[in-house]
Amino acid sequence: MKELCYPFDGKYIRKNRKKLKKQLLSDGSQRIKKKIAVLGGSTADDVVFMLELFLLNFGIEPEFYLSEYNKFYEDAMFGTPDLDSFNPDIIYIHTTSRNITMLPDNTSDSPEQIEERLNAQFDYFKQIWINLAKKFACPIIQNNFELPLCRHSGSYDGWGYYGKSAFISRLNVKMSDYARRINGFYINDINYLSAACGLEKWHDPQAWYLYKYAMSLEVIPDLAYSIACIIKSIYGKNKKVIDLDLDNTLWGGVIGDDGQEGIEIGQETAVAQSFSEFQSFIREYKSYGVLLAVCSKNDRENALLGLNHPETVLKPDDFVSIKANWESKDRNIEEAASELNLLPESFIFVDDNPAECAIVESQLNGVSVVNLTSVGSAMYNLSRSGFFEITSISADDIKRTEMYAANAQRAAQQKSFASYSDYLLSLDMHAVIEDFQPVYLQRITQLTNKSNQFNLTTKRYSDKDMEAVCASREHIRLYGRLTDKFGDNGIVSVVIGRCKGDALHVELWLMSCRVLKRDMELAMLDELVSQCKKRGISKIVGYYYKTAKNSMVSELYGSFGFELMEKAENGDSVWSLDLSCYENKNHVIKKESEKDHDHE
Amino acid sequence: MITNKNDVVKRLTNVFRDVFDDDSIVISESTTSADIEDWDSIEHINLVGAVEDEFGLRFKMKEVSGMKNVGEMINIICERGRK
Repeated sequence: MKELCYPFDGKYIRKNRKKLKKQLLSDGSQRIKKKIAVLGGSTADDVVFMLELFLLNFGIEPEFYLSEYNKFYEDAMFGTPDLDSFNPDIIYIHTTSRNITMLPDNTSDSPEQIEERLNAQFDYFKQIWINLAKKFACPIIQNNFELPLCRHSGSYDGWGYYGKSAFISRLNVKMSDYARRINGFYINDINYLSAACGLEKWHDPQAWYLYKYAMSLEVIPDLAYSIACIIKSIYGKNKKVIDLDLDNTLWGGVIGDDGQEGIEIGQETAVAQSFSEFQSFIREYKSYGVLLAVCSKNDRENALLGLNHPETVLKPDDFVSIKANWESKDRNIEEAASELNLLPESFIFVDDNPAECAIVESQLNGVSVVNLTSVGSAMYNLSRSGFFEITSISADDIKRTEMYAANAQRAAQQKSFASYSDYLLSLDMHAVIEDFQPVYLQRITQLTNKSNQFNLTTKRYSDKDMEAVCASREHIRLYGRLTDKFGDNGIVSVVIGRCKGDALHVELWLMSCRVLKRDMELAMLDELVSQCKKRGISKIVGYYYKTAKNSMVSELYGSFGFELMEKAENGDSVWSLDLSCYENKNHVIKKESEKDHDHE
Repeated sequence: MITNKNDVVKRLTNVFRDVFDDDSIVISESTTSADIEDWDSIEHINLVGAVEDEFGLRFKMKEVSGMKNVGEMINIICERGRK
């Protein structure tokens, strides 16, 4: 919904929130349901309402528990029957500097005493996190602290022992240190947010005295949006690709008219510098696993001429797809998406031409659009939109572009083989398919939470859920990692089954679309059957739960030779395989064990 | 200073309709929170914010907690509204 996309009109959203909610709930889209406990150190009703709207718009239907006013500490430390039975999927702790009780207030305190206060204040919050993690084993989102608007001592407040701003900044650093160490603990950076909105706008003493809101009503949509971004990232709903126009988007001028020497990029002019900064800014997204693509109305050779300009930051190799032609842009984006085995909704399109933006937006559902009116505003909108809110970084993220480039090479090779199986054999594929290992758990969870298409049950797991599965004796777990002559694809498949009697019930079966049609799913099945036989299991029961995105696997179990047991009206189905005369199905991938595998 | 009270009532009605998402709401000077089903303390905060945005004014604390009916709200708007 356009109204809920950044940059949004917070006042409009607040006034029309009831109508917007109704519209969202009746738009027919499928959403995952999540239970969110909000533990407030100040009034949080409006925060919850705004958060609900943004989450609905991100494809998440939340159910809320909201603590009584300022009962975050009591709820967290001692529990309440309501909270306990609510059993949240995510906890958000809505505290602010209003909840800091040990700020320095006396210049006769010694530096050591201030240090003690700082530690005591931090421990007060830390107890809460530890207690909640122990009790609910779910992700925790915690606000850090905003700086005060009023300072007794001017700039000294920011650095001196007795400065309140200095105290708060140090508290924030301690909190960040903690977040880096603890999995499943995320900071909602209201220190940044309040600075970006401006402290004068953020703070509203009247809203505190009247309603006990710890910030102005005006900034609550910004706050809620920030929380929603973290939550949707945890559930794998980040964008994946930035698709960029070229002329007047990545450089100044029109390459077809101005020629390579005529476009503005580099350090010579202010305009050239601005586009260089934009290219550098975009390039940095690559290290977070974001893919870059080009979508430009140009002759291909001209596009490449621009991207090979001596001063350019982004080179042709930085892009996983370059579409430079005279087709409509929505068609090009659709094609790029299908070539990369991604959905158009994982794309962001950046163009200086508002008409192109409007066409793409209207033709392709779910594609987000950034209209570049100036480099500065494009960078800000791109970042504040939270498209790539990071909640974890895996080794695979860092080299994702190379993996996709290797994919393109594979596709090129495919054309020269007589049969598809000859081609597969020529890839010299090796797979490691084994029980989960702690070092891979983060990647396994990440893959699990973002796979939509080749995913039979679309079951999502928090870090804690995955740790529990990992420790469970009644589960059979497999991760699959595939290497071929073009490179390491990393961990690409995950299967989890629960043993019940002589049957294994498959709760999760997914695979990354970048290894489609490589017979990796057959190699996974072979290994799963072999594990079952070792445990004396004679039957595998598979479940397909239909979503808007996973129709490609609706017949997967059938293609494996499973027998259809049940088919529900909503498209869900249950399948069963008798293992007594199972024969291995994969003949193109060689199996190896993790021990043989060369760790880089 | 806004002099056209009818205009204020019209705009205010639209704000009420948006906030409570109910196009059948009709307000008069004597309307109170008891007359509108969803008008509780939480919605009151949102309503006050929306009225402030619409007319470009800020209610004083005493006014927020002391307004007895819509008529008082209209009087304050006429006195201090800036748009």
